[in-house]
Parts: sequence; structure tokens; C-alpha cells
Amino acid sequence: MYHKSAGYRTFSVFNYLLLTLICVSCILPLIHILAVSFSASSPANANLVGLWPIGFNWDAYAKTLNNDNFHNAMLVGVERTLLGTAVGMALMILAGYALSKDNGMFRSRSVYTWYFLFTMLFSGGIVPAYMLIRNLDLMNTIWALVLPGAVNVFNMVLLMNFFRAVPKELEEASLIDGAGQFRTLWSIYLPISMPALATISLFTMVTHWNSWFDGLLYITDYRKYPLSTFLQTIIVQQDFNKINPDINELKNISQRTVKSAQIFIGTLPILIVYPFLQRFFVKGIILGAVKE
Amino acid sequence: MESAINEPLKQSTSQANKQLNRSREKWSRTWPLHLMLLPAAIATFIFAYVPMSGLIMAFQDFKPYDGMLGSKFIGMEHFRFMFEYPDSKQVIWNTLIISGLKIVFGLIVPFVFAILLNEVRKMLFKRVVQTLVYLPHFISWVILGAILTDMLGSEGVVNQVLNGLGIGAIPWLMEGDWFRFTVVVSDIWQNFGFNTIVFLAALSGVNPSLYEAAEVDGATRWKQTIHITMPAMIPIAVVVGTLSLGNILNGGFDQIFNLYNSLVYDKGDIIDTFVYRTAILNGQYSFGTAVGLFKSLIGLILIVFSYRLAFKYAGYRIF
Repeated sequence: MYHKSAGYRTFSVFNYLLLTLICVSCILPLIHILAVSFSASSPANANLVGLWPIGFNWDAYAKTLNNDNFHNAMLVGVERTLLGTAVGMALMILAGYALSKDNGMFRSRSVYTWYFLFTMLFSGGIVPAYMLIRNLDLMNTIWALVLPGAVNVFNMVLLMNFFRAVPKELEEASLIDGAGQFRTLWSIYLPISMPALATISLFTMVTHWNSWFDGLLYITDYRKYPLSTFLQTIIVQQDFNKINPDINELKNISQRTVKSAQIFIGTLPILIVYPFLQRFFVKGIILGAVKE
Repeated sequence: MESAINEPLKQSTSQANKQLNRSREKWSRTWPLHLMLLPAAIATFIFAYVPMSGLIMAFQDFKPYDGMLGSKFIGMEHFRFMFEYPDSKQVIWNTLIISGLKIVFGLIVPFVFAILLNEVRKMLFKRVVQTLVYLPHFISWVILGAILTDMLGSEGVVNQVLNGLGIGAIPWLMEGDWFRFTVVVSDIWQNFGFNTIVFLAALSGVNPSLYEAAEVDGATRWKQTIHITMPAMIPIAVVVGTLSLGNILNGGFDQIFNLYNSLVYDKGDIIDTFVYRTAILNGQYSFGTAVGLFKSLIGLILIVFSYRLAFKYAGYRIF
């Protein structure tokens, strides 16, 4: 009955306190940014804002959302996320399904598996990748952001494991009834793997929304920057040369409140999908991984 | 098994014909699978295998004007230069220190955190804690970098609090050793929650009757932790630790690139950031490729080695 001993009770109190503090530390930075973004600009610039806005107003958001460059970047960000997820999921579902077949039935399976796995172990590095995109004439196109990362081997293996967990009898019944592999995938596997597909799609979307380096590498025209790259350039590198803002715009984007609003808007999509993501990855990924 | 089936088949021609039929039958059954793999295989070929051929540049004096076929071969010159040039030696050293610290503490912190979380009996509290600590893992380093440079700057919130307490401002991102400290701590902060998941999964597999039996035998909770909770997590900790060996030359490009500045290049620059600056920004393509190739090769060797080790250890443990 250790719960009742005085020593354990003291520990328990401290434990709850410590865990609460750790949790707070995980969201504190976001709350601070949120507070700054809703504050009046003078207390924000003087660094007086802690966790609660001073002189509450929506000004920073109005300025951010009226900024054409920001608008543009947001659209490109959404575009690459949607297109990238669609293309990536299509490739990974097809390949993951084929790889989920038995070695006995599908002999070449292990060859394909190694072909894909090897790319996880070894890569050419950024210089040859950059040269390739240049030689393919994909610089400054959305495809430079969509295609190179389309086949994520890790996610593909997760999908493969989910498809493997589908009872064999379903596939056999479907094939006996005269359906081909494509039909079986479409009408049997996809509908019953919806939770898995949702999980991997969300992961892919988050990856795309957060990707910034490929934009920096492959896009030289700032009007085609996705939001993450745009924020990286404006806020982290504070490099305004590429964007050539006029004086008014420059004054706006260098304000702390506006910067914070931009950061917060950049995080918002992640915060929105996070509850779904969290529910899935704890149940889905871990159970799937342990079962295998 | 397979050869045992195949052996008798080879003996008579009629059976050999049957086998031929079967293999044709097989192709008719498997071509849709090959077709399904085709798009992903092509994409992988173009975007993963073709760039590997670009590694030839590491052995050339590559000039964009001459192209990969016309540039002059100079052998291992770039590699020799890499080991003689003080900057690149320093960069390799920085990478080893930063990622070594990340690996060690990135293992210890989730381990301890899982033990603490295991002592929480209120399920709602536990779930809220889990939800909040996993969150930073999903936020990109552009966002986190922007927030941290703002909060940790010389006039940022953190230094204002430190000044108020009379400790004085700390150059978190402006001085080499503090920069390393900040990088390691903020990386752990971002990922410890997510890395706890595997440990919690291991703990969920522990039979509760073990604790009950220990209780009956008069073991204190601390004893139970040492003899039941920790041993349940150690195998997975060893596997995670071994596998992360393959990351020893990844200092965390996204993080460092979004936090560093020219003041801390001496102690904070890692291989990946160095390659980006020399190759892409300064146009020394060949040298950058050579450094990248060195990193990939060491990484490959370490991954193969550590997977073997983990497999051996995990196999030895489980079976």
C-alpha cells in the first residue's frame, strides 16, 4: 500500500508539480507569441508583454492578412501541401499495397523493398539534388517542392504494415470473386484502412506545411515561396533584399507584433490538425509498431 | 523449404512444364503489383538514385559551365583538403559534440520522464500531459527558431527575467559554448515527449500482477521502480540508443540553421550547414559534395553496424 506512505505522498505532490511545469514549458513559447501578436506595438517593441496581451487589438493580424506577399506565400504553402499530399499518398498507397503481399506470392517483393530502403540509408546529399532540380528545369516550379519527397519510405513502410494487418481472407474472397488487384485495393483495402490513411495523410501534410529548406534551395523567385520559406527568410534570416518591400511595408513587417502574428498564423494549421494527429499516432502507429 | 519443393519438380519434364505454367501464371497474377510499384520506383530512381551519380563531382574540379562530363578529375584532392582545412575539421568536431550530447540526453530525459508519468494515477492528467508534451515535435524549426531567437535575445523575455533576478543576461545564442547548450536543451525540449512514446508502450506491456506481487513481498515503490519499471524499459532504451548511432553526423540542420549566426560559427557550425554555405552559397560544388559524401558514407556504415547490433541485442533479449 505504497500510495499511503508519507514518503510516496510527498513524491507524488512533487511529481504532479514537476509534470505540470514541464507541460507549461511546452506551450509557454506559443502563448507568449500569441500574447505579443495581440498587443499594441509600443509595449511589444519594449518587450513588456509576457503571457497576456497589453493593449489588446487585432491590428497585427489585419496588417499581416492585408500583406500581398504573405497572402501569396500562404497560397503557395496550401498548394504544395495539398498537391504534395495527394501525389505522395497516391504513390505510397499503390507501392505500399504491392509490398504488403507475401514473398511467396510476389517474389520480387524483397528486391523492391531493398530498392526503397537503400534510399533511407544513403543519399547523394544536397549538392547533387540541387544540380538535378536545375538540370530538370524544375527550379521555381511547385513540382520541385512536391516530387523529390513524394515517396517517403518510412511512411510507405507504415502503410505496408497497415495493409498487412488486413485479414488475408478478404483478399482471397475478392480475388475469387474475379476482382483484380487494383479493384481489391480500391474496394476492399482502402475503405477498411481509412484510419491508417488518415494518419499518414496528416503526417504528410504536416511535413509539407513545415518544409522550408527545399523552398530556399529550389525557388529563387520570392513570389513563389511557400509560407514556411517566406517566414524563414523574413523573420529568421531577416533578409528583406529578395522581397524589396516599400518603406511602409518594411515598417510593418519589422514590427514585433506583426512578426508574432505571422508566426502564429504559420503554426495555426498544425495546431488545428494536432488533436486528430495525436489521437491517431498514439493508437495507430504505436499499436501497429508493437504488433509487428 | 522452397528447394525441397522444387527438387522433385525438376525430375520429370511434364512436371517442369507445369512449373513453367506456374511461373507464367505467376506473372499474370503479379503484373498489376509491378505496375503499382512503377510510379514510386520511377520517382525514387529520379530523385534518389540519379543524384547518387552526381557524387562523381566529389572527385572532380566541377565547373558548372563544363558540366559533369567535361569537368576535370582530381581524385581525392577534396577529401585531403577536408582533413587539412582547419574549418572543416572544426565542423566535424562540432557535429560530433552536439549530436553526441543530443543522443545521450535525448535518451535519458524520455526514460526518466516515462518513469515519472508512470506514477501518475489520474488518467485525465496523464492524457493532458501527453498531449501537451508531444506538441513541440510537430512545430517546425522555422517557427521554433523565430520564437527562440526572440525570447533568448539579449533583450528577450528570458534575459529580462534573469536580469530581474539579479543573475544577469546570458548570451544564449551569441556565444559558442552557450549556443551548444541552447541547441542541445531546445532539441531535447522539442523531442523528449515524442520519444517517450516507445517507453510508455513498453510499460503498457508490463503485467500489473508483478507490482502486486512485489507489494505483497513488501517492496517499496522505489524498489518496484528499480526492479520492475526500469528493466521493462531497458531493452527498448538499448535499441533506441544503438539505432541513434547512425545519426551521429546529423547535428540537426533545421534547428542549427534557424538558430545560428556568424558569431557562433566556430562552435555551432555543423557538417550540413557548412556544406550548404560552401556549396550552394559560395559555389564550391565539388568540395561541398565531397564533405557530404564523407558524411553519407560514415552514416551508412554506422547505420548498418548499429542495426546489426540492435538486432543481435533485441533478438537475444526477446527470444
